[in-house]
Amino acid sequence: MLNIRIDKRQGDLDMQLDLVLPMQGISAIFGRSGAGKTSLINMLSGLVRPDKGRIALGEDLLFDSTTGVQLRPEQRRIGYVFQDARLFPHYSVAGNLRYGCRRPDPAQFAVIVELLGIGPLLNRAPATLSGGERQRVAIGRALLSQPRLLLMDEPLASLDLPRKRELMPYLERLAAEIKLPILYVSHSLDEVLRLADHLVLLDKGRAPLHGPLQDVWGSAQMRPWFAVEERSCVLQATVVSQDAKWQMTQLSLGEDLPLWVRRMEMPTGQQVRLRIRANDISIVRTKPQHSSIRNVLAARIETLQPDDDGHLMAVQLRIGRHRLWAHITLWAATELALEPDDIVFAQIKGISLNQTDWAAHDGRP
Amino acid sequence: MLSDYELQALLLSLKISSVAVLWSLPPGIFLAWLLARGRFPGKALLDSLIHLPLVLPPVVIGYLLLVGLGRQGVLGRWLYESFGLSFSFSWRGAALAAAVVAFPLLVRAIRLSLEAVDRRLEEAAHTLGAGRLRVFATITLPLTLPGILAGTVLAFARCLGEFGATITFVSNIPGETRTLPLAMFSFIETPGAEAEAARLCVIAIIISLAALLFSEWLARLTRRRLEGTC
Repeated sequence: MLNIRIDKRQGDLDMQLDLVLPMQGISAIFGRSGAGKTSLINMLSGLVRPDKGRIALGEDLLFDSTTGVQLRPEQRRIGYVFQDARLFPHYSVAGNLRYGCRRPDPAQFAVIVELLGIGPLLNRAPATLSGGERQRVAIGRALLSQPRLLLMDEPLASLDLPRKRELMPYLERLAAEIKLPILYVSHSLDEVLRLADHLVLLDKGRAPLHGPLQDVWGSAQMRPWFAVEERSCVLQATVVSQDAKWQMTQLSLGEDLPLWVRRMEMPTGQQVRLRIRANDISIVRTKPQHSSIRNVLAARIETLQPDDDGHLMAVQLRIGRHRLWAHITLWAATELALEPDDIVFAQIKGISLNQTDWAAHDGRP
Repeated sequence: MLSDYELQALLLSLKISSVAVLWSLPPGIFLAWLLARGRFPGKALLDSLIHLPLVLPPVVIGYLLLVGLGRQGVLGRWLYESFGLSFSFSWRGAALAAAVVAFPLLVRAIRLSLEAVDRRLEEAAHTLGAGRLRVFATITLPLTLPGILAGTVLAFARCLGEFGATITFVSNIPGETRTLPLAMFSFIETPGAEAEAARLCVIAIIISLAALLFSEWLARLTRRRLEGTC
């Protein structure tokens, strides 16, 4: 566990955080720019000193203002991948990678070089690399310093779209293969969806919300962070079968709840995480007989939340162990006389899911 | 090609300048670092003191050295009695005079280069587990190298040209303190030695030019190394 309890005033930003983060998987720190994301990880790394508080990594005390404990960055064994890579210009790529090696370990070196696909770059100078290559080398360099925790400060933010697409698969492999807790700072919900297991929402120096991604994503407090048409929930599902004739894929939401979606290239049994937009779910009282919508699932209404602008009703549904949001008009909600605990049917448009809405994900804690 | 007299003056000049610059480098780097990174009371005063030789007339510096470090000087007597070290009327004194005069140029160049070093690279090195000393030796110092080289060449050239402080402090002794400028001065003072003075003038121009070309070449080499085109 990573225990963080810190106060820090920095310019206009007044940070007060009290967080406990798991030491496994990827925890995304999400928030607008200026919310204090980078300040938070700078304090964890030791580059910035909190005004007061306490930071402990497992049993190990990193900072404690009451006893005056303050480990220097080089004593913390916390890797840091900066937004701007910060490769050392006077070392080759290999020299950069080896800079932080405590005990040279050729086997680990080979594994990480392979994982990040930087073998052909080893003899190059950092100045000759593309942005994406630089970021991969920076990640490798941090990993090879054998940290206990890896901090990543928007590693994709300074890259253009093609470079982002190039780097993303490496990050996904990293998430899947490296058994290292990672704190991933981002202001992109797409990145968070594809990578994170745990989500910390940071707003004006506070963390009003944190927990497993699915829970935080679908929670009512998170809703203001999405545009209306982007409001969604995240489900964990398993690939059950492929239908070649109709180009569809059958998923299971568990407990015999099938979900048909547009064909995804995944092996049977693969765990996937998918995002379903509230606008793609409609509600009916009785199960339709002849509908174009393939997914009709029984659901129980948990809460009804009229939207501020007065024409939209957000309905939180419970399907099996999943919670989903559906957007319907206030008019329809009134005519159907929806009440909490009513049993209804949710119609989910499987065709609306696109490439960015799903990702292979093992559903780690 | 060169007469013994010219060769003697030239070699003496090179020796005095090299010794002066080499001894100046460690304190020069330290003071440059202190001025670039340190925050302490009296920093402006220290800065002015280091730059003082740049604006003081060299003869004043020579006089101060004579008073302070001559055999009868306060510090000079102590140095002689404790360590047998004497600066007056020896090439060591000439080197000291040259070092004092060239020191501000050295510190200035290194300091500018130090200030240009990206601190964020040092932070990155710290997060990779490098302590302060290792970061200084492996990141800060190599990235300051262009400035150190530039400062060294500049200071070396200034040492070669040193005249006023040298002649005041250690006089004009052939084979001991008579460097190129002093030798040339002696010829100019001697009636009928215009040709010899002119020859020394050409020698001085040639080695100064060589020093500048050498520094330019070194600068290009380090720049290319940093940009990674070789």
